Amino acid sequence: MEAFLILEDGTVFVGTSIGSSREVISEIVFNTSMTGYLEVLTDPSYAGQAVTMTYPLIGNYGVCYKDMESLKAWPDGYIVRELSRMASNFRCEDSIQKFLCDNDIPGIAGIDTRALTKILRQKGTMNGMITTNKDFNLDEILPKIKAYKVLDVVKKVTCKEKTVLPGKGAKVALLDFGAKQNIAHSLHARGCEVTIYPAFTKAEEILADNPDGIMLSNGPGDPKDCGAIIEELRKLYQSDIPIFAICLGHQLMALAMGADTHKMKYGHRGANHPVKDLETGRVYISSQNHGYVVDEHTIDPSVAKVAFENVNDKTNEGLSYIGKKIFTVQFHPEACAGPTDTAYLFDRFIDMMKKED
Amino acid sequence: MPKNPDIKKVLVIGSGPIVIGQAAEFDYAGTQACRSLKEEGIEVVLVNSNPATIMTDKDIADEVYIEPLTVKALEQIIIKEKPDSILPTLGGQAGLNLAMEIEETGFLKEHHVKLIGTTALTIKKAEDRLMFKETMEKIKEPCAASLVVNNVEDGEVFANKIGYPVVLRPAYTLGGSGGGIAHNPVELREILENGLRLSRVGEVLVERCIAGWKEIEYEVMRDSKGNCITVCNMENIDPVGVHTGDSIVVAPSQTLSDKEYQMLRTSALNIIDELGITGGCNVQYALHPDSFEYCVIEVNPRVSRSSALASKATGYPIAKVAAKIALGYTLDEIKNAITGKTYASFEPTLDYCVVKMPRLPFDKFISAKRTLTTQMKATGEVMSIANNFEGGIMKAIRSLEQHVDSLMSYDFTALTDEELLEELAIVDDRRIWKIAEGLRRHMSPVKIHDMTMIDLWFIDKLQIIVDMENALKRGPLTKELLAEAKRIEFPDNVIGALTGHTEKEIKQMRDKYDIHAVFKMVDTCAAEFEATTPYYYSVYGSENEAIETKDRKKVLVLGSGPIRIGQGIEFDFCSVHCTWSFEQQGYETIIINNNPETVSTDFDIADKLYFEPLTPEDVESIVDFEKPDGAVVQFGGQTAIKLTEALMKMGVPILGTSAEDVDAAEDRELFDKILEQCGIPRAKGHTVFTVDEALEAANKLGYPVLVRPSYVLGGQGMQIAVSDEDVVEFMNIINRIKQDHPILVDKYLMGKEIEVDAVCDGEDILIPGIMEHIERAGIHSGDSISVYPAKSLTPEITDMIVDYTAKLARSLHVKGLINIQFIVYQNQVYVIEVNPRSSRTVPYISKVTGIPIVKLATKVITGSKIKDLGYTPGLQKNADYYAIKMPVFSFEKIRGADITMGPEMKSTGECLGISKDFDEALFKAFQGAGICLPKHKQIIMTLADADKEDGIDIAQRFEKLGYKIYASRGTAKVLKEHGVHAIKVNKIGQEAPTLLDLILEHKIDLIIDTPENGIERAGDGFLIRRYAIETGVHCLTSLDTAHALISSLEHAFNNEDLTIIDIAKI
Repeated sequence: MEAFLILEDGTVFVGTSIGSSREVISEIVFNTSMTGYLEVLTDPSYAGQAVTMTYPLIGNYGVCYKDMESLKAWPDGYIVRELSRMASNFRCEDSIQKFLCDNDIPGIAGIDTRALTKILRQKGTMNGMITTNKDFNLDEILPKIKAYKVLDVVKKVTCKEKTVLPGKGAKVALLDFGAKQNIAHSLHARGCEVTIYPAFTKAEEILADNPDGIMLSNGPGDPKDCGAIIEELRKLYQSDIPIFAICLGHQLMALAMGADTHKMKYGHRGANHPVKDLETGRVYISSQNHGYVVDEHTIDPSVAKVAFENVNDKTNEGLSYIGKKIFTVQFHPEACAGPTDTAYLFDRFIDMMKKED
Repeated sequence: MPKNPDIKKVLVIGSGPIVIGQAAEFDYAGTQACRSLKEEGIEVVLVNSNPATIMTDKDIADEVYIEPLTVKALEQIIIKEKPDSILPTLGGQAGLNLAMEIEETGFLKEHHVKLIGTTALTIKKAEDRLMFKETMEKIKEPCAASLVVNNVEDGEVFANKIGYPVVLRPAYTLGGSGGGIAHNPVELREILENGLRLSRVGEVLVERCIAGWKEIEYEVMRDSKGNCITVCNMENIDPVGVHTGDSIVVAPSQTLSDKEYQMLRTSALNIIDELGITGGCNVQYALHPDSFEYCVIEVNPRVSRSSALASKATGYPIAKVAAKIALGYTLDEIKNAITGKTYASFEPTLDYCVVKMPRLPFDKFISAKRTLTTQMKATGEVMSIANNFEGGIMKAIRSLEQHVDSLMSYDFTALTDEELLEELAIVDDRRIWKIAEGLRRHMSPVKIHDMTMIDLWFIDKLQIIVDMENALKRGPLTKELLAEAKRIEFPDNVIGALTGHTEKEIKQMRDKYDIHAVFKMVDTCAAEFEATTPYYYSVYGSENEAIETKDRKKVLVLGSGPIRIGQGIEFDFCSVHCTWSFEQQGYETIIINNNPETVSTDFDIADKLYFEPLTPEDVESIVDFEKPDGAVVQFGGQTAIKLTEALMKMGVPILGTSAEDVDAAEDRELFDKILEQCGIPRAKGHTVFTVDEALEAANKLGYPVLVRPSYVLGGQGMQIAVSDEDVVEFMNIINRIKQDHPILVDKYLMGKEIEVDAVCDGEDILIPGIMEHIERAGIHSGDSISVYPAKSLTPEITDMIVDYTAKLARSLHVKGLINIQFIVYQNQVYVIEVNPRSSRTVPYISKVTGIPIVKLATKVITGSKIKDLGYTPGLQKNADYYAIKMPVFSFEKIRGADITMGPEMKSTGECLGISKDFDEALFKAFQGAGICLPKHKQIIMTLADADKEDGIDIAQRFEKLGYKIYASRGTAKVLKEHGVHAIKVNKIGQEAPTLLDLILEHKIDLIIDTPENGIERAGDGFLIRRYAIETGVHCLTSLDTAHALISSLEHAFNNEDLTIIDIAKI
């Protein structure tokens, strides 16, 4: 079946429908990872967005459910050059085609994803519609497409109730703003007892559980939409419990402490982003997925200092809070998809919690 | 960390002559690195014995030594030039080994020279089998169960313990020389004995066989601060068991999930970190297809063939960055030259699929085994870029320059199903064609996978191609079907053949439906950042992103495709220099080529690079878009020349010598007419069709005669016949393939062969120098030792050669380069061959005369006159030294190849010996070619009857130098009669000890074995020569060569020191 991707600037790509054939309007972003399409599809941070894969051959190794980063697929839509008809891998359980259908994700294949990526790079992230209705009327639908806003997505992706992953080590409270599973897993694998809280849990409730450390997760959307959460983070900051935050968690903590965030032109989404640890000068390759960034000029130097920066565009990639056992990063040390070069940060967090004893 | 201020003058070691396993990639890497060093204000001293390279140009390095890559030569260069550092990681295994050797002598310490880039300890940790294993164990990286042995017995015990089959890998050899898989004790003994001999340190690794696992490679970079990145990973379609240089390789990996990809990436980073490498490194893995189990196969602590491929596949300039790292820079301080904005400390991401295919030499070595093993056999490779795998492989196939354009190009329909299945189990160069045949017969992909262990994903892709063949055959050819066939890169002629149309009709159909190739950019970042380097590949069904340029005159430079015997790196040298010259003259330059190993496909050589197959259709797509003002074909060897007609049809003016004149030189009748007009003689000959005609012609001319098909190149199929039997036999061989053109029978003149390269502006000619071959005519010019300036010509003969050259160049209206081969026979000059284009000797003669003839030819092409370029027309003054070009062969890599020299070229590369003293120049040339005598001071001589007289002097002189001479019965008899104490040895098959036993004892330095002319009926000589090669014994088959060798050894005997010459100061 023919499918169309219509961008808010009026550009139309014609391709083939994949997954669900329902119509969807979403924010169109691109991801440059060459592997890990399932991890991308199940990353809750993509809620409210349709993701384009710049690597042209997707689905080659099929779907291994164990690799999912959450219980379901989150993007509103999926845009690829080519889906492989053959899925070949010893762990392969299903095809990507079936996975998209099962998860009711509409998508489009067979389009020039490089041309699309260039438009997004030049004009910035924009909205678009994926439809199988060939009788669309641009004049009618463009205003609708333009009107789309990514809203209330954290609410959509966060867990509904508290769960505990038992462990003998430090007790970590993980605030789930749309957490990728490997965050909990990285802590759990290091022996931590991980308690996962819904995003809107009150600080008092968390503190009452007496955690050794608090982990703020990644998540979707504009951090400034999360006013209520920011309020709670201020309280957590006041406690002396070590805090480690990733991505949205990092942005929210910065907002809580008076810094500002802004939307990037087209964000960082991929598995090849270099970040520099400003203390050691070492550069690490990181997995990233963010469209907003903490504005480094708005950081009060008495509150926090920049710990990591992006080597390419010098944007902020991490903060270390002064006089506090709090450090936050914009990138994803839990990887999946992507390199595990910065997984040592979980060890750093655990060390921090140990010193608490 | 900024640049280390202590580094001011760096010695860069090149990789020496092109041999299998070490080809043009090191010229590319070395050239890029030298430019990168010079950018930083470093004074660069270069040493490489290979004169065909671009890196040995005086514009690339400040001081250039084309000297043998020996410790002795290197010591002398260091004493003279006093560099503070040596960069050893760019010259392949040869360069690395030499650096290690000189380091071990303590000489570097004594002269305060440091190895930069990578320390000696790091090299040892990666290269020494035992240290490597210990290092891997320390960081818990798994290796296949293995043991380093230095004798056969230990190998046998260990193999029995771990079970057959086992893999054998000699330490410190290139291209896996001497290695292999042994399935039983007999094979083990054979391979192991040989491997122990070839290894520089007498060590061979015996290893658990992991054949059938996926072979995955990672290219990793690390700086002195410990920052590590991977440039890209690659997956070999052929599983472990085939050398990666002989495998079809795809980048990035296609069948690895993120978990496997990251597992191996992390491992690669751990390894490079533990080894402490600063620069580039290649890590090869075997990954179990059905689990996460993996083994580290090998680590190359240097720039390698794979890193050249990775550079071209991603756009990331590994050698350039590695050179900067060696100077002390860190990755985050080095700009990404492709984007100009981002830094080298990131990982390239691809939004396309790259396929590399090996170019194997079985078209030249017909008697060789086609089986592919852990010992590399490919002479070169091609790369293609597409946005789908099917397209990638289809483009790569037609880039190979071996008359293949699809999966139907080899016919296996005659095999039964059982035979086909058996064939599938054998890995050879035609396996994907056999798989396609299996799929056509509806053999199940699973069954094919079971036989080949090739991942089902790849087999399914071949199935898609076969399905398309069937769909096209069935028809009808709709717009949709045509678009889909083009998307997966079926060429028009193949679509035409399958649908019953002509190629032209398919093209018209495409025009009607607007199905055209468009161009996409290689930018390292999948379009995330804007790129500034126009490096393009074509795809169908997408938007064009190539930028139209109009402001300058545009010239198209056609490259020379994969490196193969007969068409080597020399043509890349010519293409690159011609491009630079056009650029200097204000042209916009566009290069089309498909060879990832070359300098010409580096991102910053031409204004635009199209990485594409060199077929008329592919070139036309580019021409349609670029609309060049002209094309040059005379520098790209035969690959470019054969596109001339197609380019003219596209309306592209051919710059320089016209196509008609090129034709005139190749067409026997037209050419004879020109010779007649000029009054230039050539050997008498006749054109024949039948055996009877051939016999008549041969007898009229008198034996020996040359028999060959017309319209062939590089001497293919050419033979010297000495009898009627030979003529009958050769005619039958030639006529096995239907001949459209007559067969030529020419009188064979056994004279002195002379070669001339000249620039002609239509009126005047410029001859930089005359070259003379050491071997008499009959041996392909590419396989002969060539001497500049010619040593034995009288002034009268020289004048005659200059006169003939001028007449021929003028008659053929040459504008640009011309190459002519002459024979001087009984004080008469005869023409053998004229090529109105650049030749193999162009880089050599340019360097040794200091006359940049490619640059001059390019200027002539654009209208300059030789007189205006500051040169006096005619033959230039001889240099006051001798420069000798020595052919280098790779026979030890190709099992079963006949090493006898003849009219068909067999050498893979060349090296140079240069000196004021002729014999010293010879000595250096032999050393450069790896013939470093004496070792045991024992030689074997078995001479043809005609050569026995001539052999006496050689034997006497060897004996005088203290050599013991063994000889076959007849030879020994003649030698003894002349006072040589030759020891008679029995022939093979006679009572032991025979010649073979002597060879296998590994106590022989050299074999001089001259075969009887014509086809050798007894296989004795063939066996002797093969065994010699496979046991690493040098073997000469021409007495002329032997004469030269003994002269050079006599010189070395009397002279301790070598003199060295900086050719940048010529």
